[in-house]
Amino acid sequence: MEFVFEWFRTLYQETGINLPFLYDEYDRNRMIDGFFTTIWLSLVCLFFSVIIGIIGAWLQGSAFKWTRRIVNGYIQLFRNTPPLVQLYFFYFAIGTLLPRVENDWGGQSPILGSFAWAAISLSFFAGAFNVEIFRSGIEAVPKSTVEAAEALGFSKLQIYRDITLPLAFRVVLPALNNNLVNLVKTTTLAYAIAVPEMLYEANQIWSDNVNVTEMMFFLLLAYFVLVGVLVGGMNRWERAMKIPGYGG
Amino acid sequence: MSWTPADPMVSLKNVHKSFGDLKVLNGVSLDVMKGDVICIIGPSGSGKSTLIRCVNALNDIQQGSILVEGQEVNDPKLDKLELRKKVGMVFQQYNLFPHKTALQNVMMAPIRVLKQDKAQAEETARGLIKKVRLEGKENAYPGELSGGQQQRVAIARSLAMRPDVILFDEVTAALDPETVGEVLQTIKDLAEDGMTCILVTHEMAFAREVADHIYFTDRGVIVEHGPPETFFQNAQDPRTKEFLSQIL
Amino acid sequence: MTYKTDLPVMLPMKRREAEPFLSLKMWYILPIALLAILGPNLVVAQSTPESQSPIAVLLNWAPLLLKGFIFNLVISVSAMALGTFVGAILGLGQISLFAPTRHSSWFVTQFFRNAPWLVLLFFAMFLLPFEINLFGFKIPFPDWFKAILGLSLPVMANVSEIVRGAVRSLPSGQWEAAESLAYTRLQTLWLIILPQCVKRMLPPWMNLYSILTMATVLASIVGVNEVMTLTGQALASEGGRPDLLAPFYGFVLLLFFIYCYPIAKFTVWLETKYAVIS
Repeated sequence: MEFVFEWFRTLYQETGINLPFLYDEYDRNRMIDGFFTTIWLSLVCLFFSVIIGIIGAWLQGSAFKWTRRIVNGYIQLFRNTPPLVQLYFFYFAIGTLLPRVENDWGGQSPILGSFAWAAISLSFFAGAFNVEIFRSGIEAVPKSTVEAAEALGFSKLQIYRDITLPLAFRVVLPALNNNLVNLVKTTTLAYAIAVPEMLYEANQIWSDNVNVTEMMFFLLLAYFVLVGVLVGGMNRWERAMKIPGYGG
Repeated sequence: MSWTPADPMVSLKNVHKSFGDLKVLNGVSLDVMKGDVICIIGPSGSGKSTLIRCVNALNDIQQGSILVEGQEVNDPKLDKLELRKKVGMVFQQYNLFPHKTALQNVMMAPIRVLKQDKAQAEETARGLIKKVRLEGKENAYPGELSGGQQQRVAIARSLAMRPDVILFDEVTAALDPETVGEVLQTIKDLAEDGMTCILVTHEMAFAREVADHIYFTDRGVIVEHGPPETFFQNAQDPRTKEFLSQIL
Repeated sequence: MTYKTDLPVMLPMKRREAEPFLSLKMWYILPIALLAILGPNLVVAQSTPESQSPIAVLLNWAPLLLKGFIFNLVISVSAMALGTFVGAILGLGQISLFAPTRHSSWFVTQFFRNAPWLVLLFFAMFLLPFEINLFGFKIPFPDWFKAILGLSLPVMANVSEIVRGAVRSLPSGQWEAAESLAYTRLQTLWLIILPQCVKRMLPPWMNLYSILTMATVLASIVGVNEVMTLTGQALASEGGRPDLLAPFYGFVLLLFFIYCYPIAKFTVWLETKYAVIS
C-alpha cells in the first residue's frame, strides 16, 4: 500500500494534482471516517424510516378518522417541504428547546448531537415516502388470494405473515430500493449541520489543502461508485426475489 | 342433538342474503348427504356462487340457517377455523399463492393450520400431487403452470386439509377449453372416491355424468331440482326449460 | 408515481387520494400553520413584554423572506427550463440507434443521476469561473447563475430518464406501424412517438419540478441570497433569540408547502386521469 500512497505523493509533486487523502494518513483517516459516517447514517435512517413506514401504513388503515388525517398530514407535510428546512427545524428549533446536559469537560452540550438530529430528520423524511409505498403494496395483494387462505383456515395473523407481507414486499421492493438510493444521496444534507459525513470531510480537506477541483471530482466519483454499487446490488436482489413465471 | 352421519352433512334452511338493496338469496333450502355430489346450475347472477361461499362463511347471511355437520354457520360465535377444516373450497381463479411452489402451496395449510409435522405434511402433499396427476411439477411455481394444472394444484391444496366436503366454485370457467377435461377428470376421481362435493358449474354434460342431484337456481331461489336423468329430460318449470334450451 | 407490478395476479399499485387530508380543505392549513407559528409566541409574549413578540418580528421580516422565496422560484423555473432542454436531448440520445451516442448518453445520465444534488451544486459553485471572457467581453457568472447551472445538472439527468422511460413504455407496434408506412425514424419520433409520450412524461416531470423547487434551498449552503439565507440573516440580526427559531423555520416550511402541495395534488390528478385513458 505504501508504494501506492507514495506514487500519489509523487503525482502531486510532479503534476500538482493533489489527492492528500491518498498519501497523507491524517487526511486518509478523515475520508474513511466520512465514508463510514455516510454509511452508518444511511443505515440508521433506513432502519427507522422502514419502521415509520410500517407503523404509518398500519395507522392509515385505522378506523379513527383523525388518526388517518394525522398520518396523511405527516406524509404531505414531509413530502412537500424541503428536507433541508426540515433538518434545520429539527436541529435548531426543536433542538434548542430540549434540556442541555453536562458533558465530560464540564461544559453544557445538547442532549442530542447533530448526527442524532440528522438521523431523526432524514428518517421522518424518508419514512413519509415509505408509508405510501407500504400501503400501496398491501393493497396490491388481491382479496381473492387472501380469501383462499381464509378458506384454508389460516388465521388473520398467519395470512398477514405468510401471504400478504411476502407478496406486498415483492411488489414494493423496487420503490423501496429507489427510496433507499435517494436516502443515501440525501444524507449529504447533514453537511449543513456539521455531521462529519463524506461531503463534510471532503470540505475539511479542501479547506486545508486548497484542492477543491480534485476533491470535487473525487466526491462525484465516490458517490457515483457508491450509489452505482447500491443500485446494482438492489437490481440483483429484485431479480432474485422475482416470482418465477411472472413478468419478463 | 348431535350430528350423526345419517343426517345431512350440509343443510341449508330458508337462507336469505342481500348485498345492500340487492337480494341475492331469497329463501334457499337444500340438503347434502355424505358422499353426495350435487351440482348447482343456473343463469349468471342467480346467486349460485354466493350460495356456496356462504357455506364456508366467506359471506355471511342475513336470515336462515346453514348447518355443516350439525354446526350452525350463521352464528356470530362460529369458530371459523373449525368450520374451514371441514369445508374445503376451490375457486374459479385458482387463487394459488404465487410465491410458493406447487408442493409448498399444498403443504402450507396442514403445517400452519393443522400443525402437522413437516415431513408428514410433505409426504401427504406429494401423494396428493400424484393423485391430481401432476407428478414432476412439485417445484414449479404457479406462474409456470397452465390454468388446468394450477386448478389441479388448488384441488390438491384443498384436499390436504382432509375436508369432509369440498365446494367447487365454477372451477373450469376461467380455463382454456383444452385443459377443462383434466380438471373435470380430477373431480370425477374424487367423486368416485366418495368425497362429498358441491359444485357450481356450467358444464352440463359433466353435471349429468357425475351429479347425484341437480339444483337449478334463478333470481335467488331454487326453481327445480332432481336427479340428473329426470332433471334434464323432464324439466317442469318454464324457467328451467328455457335455460336448458339455451344451453344444450 | 404509479408503481406497476408485473405479477398478473397482483393488482397494480395505486396511489390513493389523500382524502382525509384534503377534506381538511386547503384553507385549514393556514390557521393550523399560524397556530404552530404563534404557539410559542403566546407563552413568550407574557414572559418578556419589553421585547417584540416573535410574530411581530416575523411580520417585519415576512416581506423580505417572501422576496427571497420568489428568488427561489426564479431559480427553480430557470433550472427546470435549462435541465429539461438539455435532458430531452440527452434522453433522445439514449434511444439513438448509433451505439456510441446511446452509450455515452446513458453514462452521462447515470453519472449525474447517482450524484447527490448538493455535491453537484458544490461542483458548479467551485469549478465554474466567476466570469468568462467572450470576444473581449467579460461576462460575469454570479453565484445565483452558477446555482441554476448546478441544479440543472440533476434535472437534466432525470429528464433524460423520463424521456427514455416514456419512449420505451410505448408498445413496439407503434414503431412498426410507422415504419410500414415509410416514415423516417425522425418523422416517427416527432409525429408518432413523442406526442404520445407527453402525457406519460408530464406527471414525473412535474414531480421532478417539485423536488427541484425544494432543492433550491440548498443554494443557501453555497451562499446564494435565497429564502433560507435571508432567514438565517434575519435570525442573526435579531440577536439569535431562540424563541424566533420555530416561527421562522416554520414560516419557510409553510411557504414551500403552499407552493408544492398543490403541484403534488395536480400531479396525482393527472396520473389518475391518464391512467384511465391508457
